[in-house]
Amino acid sequence: MDISLADLAFIILAGFTLLTALGVVLFKNIVHSAIMLVFSFLGVAGIYFTMHAGFLGLVQILVYAGAISVLIIFAIMLVMNQDPEKTNLPSPNIPNIMAGTYLTILLVGALVGSIWFTSFPEKVAPVSGDELGLLTGLMLGDYVIPLELAALLLLVAVVGAIILARGAEHK
Amino acid sequence: MSDYATIGVFLLLTMAFPIAAMAASWMFRPKPKSSEDKMLPYECGVDTKGKTWIRFRVSYFLYALVFLAFDVGVVFLFPWAAKFKFLGIYAFAAMLIFISLLLIGLWYAWKEGALEWY
Repeated sequence: MDISLADLAFIILAGFTLLTALGVVLFKNIVHSAIMLVFSFLGVAGIYFTMHAGFLGLVQILVYAGAISVLIIFAIMLVMNQDPEKTNLPSPNIPNIMAGTYLTILLVGALVGSIWFTSFPEKVAPVSGDELGLLTGLMLGDYVIPLELAALLLLVAVVGAIILARGAEHK
Repeated sequence: MSDYATIGVFLLLTMAFPIAAMAASWMFRPKPKSSEDKMLPYECGVDTKGKTWIRFRVSYFLYALVFLAFDVGVVFLFPWAAKFKFLGIYAFAAMLIFISLLLIGLWYAWKEGALEWY
């Protein structure tokens, strides 16, 4: 079996992503879990780069590893008021475990099913050269309304969070 | 793949540089026994008081959220800025609406005092 350089890069990055994702679940300290999540996001960004989706990889680093993770860490810091070593223990509650197991089976089933029933063409032609131009054309052409809606969504998120935080402070 | 190889080499070099600097300082420095005082986290030369794992103020979260809004904005602005020469006045107007919507969020945060630090 031949393993090309691209395959090797994918195997290393996929392994890294899986290990760090496992770390998110298994670490006892939820802050360590959050840091593992950042590494997991970076691993996914690396996989995007190996697929020649450079812009998507940059977005993954900028938004997920950069901003979403900061938001998650701050959310943890806001609500944490116990011993940090015991913040991410597996739940002792039986219904919780059963619900988690059910959700896992459902997700894995959906994933395996969708991979199994998708017919992958042998060779897909890569997007010719100017990936960014193509993206810009679509973004500001056919999808200009969703673009403005995304801005509106961000606006609602900011305003909503401020109202919630102000309400908490006035009490 | 060659472009990515350049980035890869650059990444490895930038990772190796701080490791080499720290290894060199570890090699040449005197190594006295560590004491409790030496293991304290450095906080502007002042000893920390109480537990460091505490709850944070909600202001940090609001700052992070305003940052996130503009960070996601950058994602849309970047391809627009990179291809600005080939886009018309229509795209410019669309982006102006986009930015002004985000600015309303900033204005609201400012008005409500979410950016004040006291």
